[in-house]
Amino acid sequence: MEPRQLLIRAPVTLPAWIAGMLAAIAIAGCSEQPWNSPYPAWQAEQNILYSSFSERPKHLDPAQSYSSNEVVFTAQIYEPPLQYHFLKRPYQLEPLTAVKIPSPYYLDQAGRRLTDDTPAAEIAYSVYDIEIEPGIRYQPHPAFARDAEGRYLYHDLSGADLERINALADFAETGSRELVATDYVYQIKRLAHPRLHSPIFGLMSEYIDGLAEYAKTLKQADRQQQSRQAENLFLDLRDYPLSGVEVLDRYRYRVKIRGKYPQFLYWLAMPFFAPMPWEAERFYSQPGMSKRNITLDWYPVGTGPYMLTVNNPNRQMIMERNTNFHGERYPEQGEAGDIEAGLLADAGRPLPLIDKVIYSLEKENIPTWNKFLQGYYDASGVSSDSFDQAIQIGSGGDISLTPELQDKGIQLNTAVATSISYMGFNMLDPVVGGDSERARLLRQAIAIAMDYEELISIFANGRGIPAQGPLPPGIFGYREGQPGINPYVYDWTKHGPQRKPVAEAKRLLAAAGYPDGRDVETGKPLALYFDTTGGGPDDAARLNWIRKQFAKLDIQLQIRNTDYNRFQDKMLKGTAQIFQWGWNADYPDPENFLFLLYGNNGKVEHNGENAANYRNAEFDRLFERMKNMKNGPQRQEVIDRMVEILRHDAPWVFGFHPKQFVLYHNWYHNAKTNLMANNGLKYRRIDPQLREQQRRAWNQPVVWPLGVLVLLLALAMLPALIAYRRHEQQRVQAAQS
Amino acid sequence: MFAYVLRRALYAIPILVGVNLITFFLFFVVNTPDDMARMHLGMKRVTPDAIEKWKAERGYDRPLLYNAQADGSDRLTATIFFDKSVRLFGFDFGSSDAGRNIGADIKQRMWPSLAIAVPQFLVGLLVYVSFAMLLAFFRGSYLDISGVVLCVVLMSISGLFYIIAGQYVFSKLLHLFPVSGYEPGWLAWRFVLLPVVIGVIAGLGSSGRV
Repeated sequence: MEPRQLLIRAPVTLPAWIAGMLAAIAIAGCSEQPWNSPYPAWQAEQNILYSSFSERPKHLDPAQSYSSNEVVFTAQIYEPPLQYHFLKRPYQLEPLTAVKIPSPYYLDQAGRRLTDDTPAAEIAYSVYDIEIEPGIRYQPHPAFARDAEGRYLYHDLSGADLERINALADFAETGSRELVATDYVYQIKRLAHPRLHSPIFGLMSEYIDGLAEYAKTLKQADRQQQSRQAENLFLDLRDYPLSGVEVLDRYRYRVKIRGKYPQFLYWLAMPFFAPMPWEAERFYSQPGMSKRNITLDWYPVGTGPYMLTVNNPNRQMIMERNTNFHGERYPEQGEAGDIEAGLLADAGRPLPLIDKVIYSLEKENIPTWNKFLQGYYDASGVSSDSFDQAIQIGSGGDISLTPELQDKGIQLNTAVATSISYMGFNMLDPVVGGDSERARLLRQAIAIAMDYEELISIFANGRGIPAQGPLPPGIFGYREGQPGINPYVYDWTKHGPQRKPVAEAKRLLAAAGYPDGRDVETGKPLALYFDTTGGGPDDAARLNWIRKQFAKLDIQLQIRNTDYNRFQDKMLKGTAQIFQWGWNADYPDPENFLFLLYGNNGKVEHNGENAANYRNAEFDRLFERMKNMKNGPQRQEVIDRMVEILRHDAPWVFGFHPKQFVLYHNWYHNAKTNLMANNGLKYRRIDPQLREQQRRAWNQPVVWPLGVLVLLLALAMLPALIAYRRHEQQRVQAAQS
Repeated sequence: MFAYVLRRALYAIPILVGVNLITFFLFFVVNTPDDMARMHLGMKRVTPDAIEKWKAERGYDRPLLYNAQADGSDRLTATIFFDKSVRLFGFDFGSSDAGRNIGADIKQRMWPSLAIAVPQFLVGLLVYVSFAMLLAFFRGSYLDISGVVLCVVLMSISGLFYIIAGQYVFSKLLHLFPVSGYEPGWLAWRFVLLPVVIGVIAGLGSSGRV
């Protein structure tokens, strides 16, 4: 009897439990906040922007960081001397912490001053004197904290001092100090630091005078220091002068560049050239810090409008207004149309406009998207999973939002990215490469057969435009319309560029000596190799598609699919044949794209970024000229000639320029896309009251299905109850009889 | 009982050693440190010097098993094997290649996981045992058979489906729970409840009957 008594309770548990759950929900419902809000109730109507990150950033140290998901943070915190104007197009540099944009003067080998119009070949050095604004202060940070006598509080911490410390916020005291020119010099020195991996060290050591030797000096110094003391790992770069970079006075420093390199100014707008106070390195290099994940890679120290106050890459990262920010105002001028678009409504207002930004870890696309639709994220990209829910493409190819999104007042911004995805031929390959007419015709034929219009519509949901050359729109040198088409691949019609028919490609192929895809001399079918990496189902479909493009010309395409490392290895050794590659602009200058085909950047020979190993003497000569020219008709003419050489030689099939789609809720303002500047956060504005209203309207809880669910469960229990009754009655009857 | 626990604990030792050896083989022999370096340094502007530097910093430039250049006990300890694999037995996990301390990360990340796993285990135990005993009580009747059928149906559905369906119905359609997220402290229940319920239901098929 006893155990069965207990059993009776079992069927009751589930409904009771669900009832309890309902009660709990009802309690939650008493607060006015929507039940499904992922944020605490006190945050409603606060001036907080909500965003997400899918992968934890690897480096937030400005000497090391080079990824787009890292610059989201570093660009708001670190302030290099220059920045891009937020509204003006074409992209234009303006001073950020600098007093003005530095203009270089030139020296010859003996150090004699040259006039500004000296030909580039005679210039041995360009000297940039950079002056920064006085009075800028760093964010509050424990590295600057001092006691009454001026001694640093946290520069000689012992193991015991760190016992209770788990995050940067656990240090009780903070301090600040004025930004000085030394800090900028210190950071440039860090590019050569023996224990850091700056991705631009290789490039910069070619330009900044003495940087390559400096790296050797530091390496030796580091080794000596480590042999002396194992624990304190602070390498004070102030003790080691760098010949090409010097401090002139408190607010001025000088950078000496080898030769003429006007693009250097663009680098001065990137966090690589932001200031780094020595106190920060000293502070973070103490023993026990990295064990607690308290490093410069995780807790940046800057002068910018925001500071990173919480960094828990396993859950959330929070940026808050830097209380010491030097102040900056929203620009008063923009380009035509900005006033109408409401982008100048905040003109003259002090920045930043948002108090706090909370980035939550969101590994999956679908929850991120759903939270955006519910109003819990303020902006969103469009992933291919949710593309059909968000975008509809009209019969004329015009793009608009779906009615569901339109009803919510969501806005769409599109912009062609300043990047290119292309298919490259390894020019060292005996079949597709080289300067022979035969190989050239073969490449041209393939360029026609690769129907990128189709690729864009199938694999990118129409988000992209076919490339006519190496330069994307928005970069000087790009030409629109008829003069801009690639005449080897396209014909101009009244509907715009039209890809040449496959018959034309076949004719070229026959002229190359492969009629119907067979080698005239040997009679063997032509087989080519496509080297690639990645093996997901999406990749399989894409590879199949590429194989079909070659099959149009009766060329057999073998896919050589390996892992990422083997692929990199093939590219380095030059054993790949045809490959897919891409480039994202570092700065808005044609040099940053055309250098990808400059002979002296060959991947195999020089380990450079010229993955096709293309070399053309005329192109190289023009490149060296174009590199140092000012934007203008003359430069355009040189670029036109260079692009013509590339189109004729076809070392690349110019693939496409991807298009970015970004969605914003109607409470999100000043959302102009700036593909060059990453520090746009300070200009953004939200309307938290409107957001709260909308969130409540969109997220009314629907409770009745839960009631139905409880009822259904109770019904399901009914047969059990009846069966039990019957059983008991039988027992009673059995006992009575 | 004690003998059983002891035996189990002893079994664990060769298993851990074996797992350790296999992962060592996979991570450092099949996939060389050069590969790891290139993977970490990314696509743009990576030089061979940078790869060497990356390896040296993490100790991947050392010999795998035996360091002939070192003296004394260092011959065995100044190796990748000792540094990366043997240390694990002392719960010294070192730093990840991204430079974060793994021990500290585990400490931080286990709480949300436990907040779901512990209630799910306890509630699950209660529900599964009750359910199983209920079925046993009506053994042989149509209730037993329909219970088994239900279990098999629940078992045949992928766990991922419960998660996506639960998120879709309760968070997206009914607006009852947050789609995702976490909050430490007692407010965590808002984030924990749905995964626990889903976890219990998803496990009912296999645990309720077996």
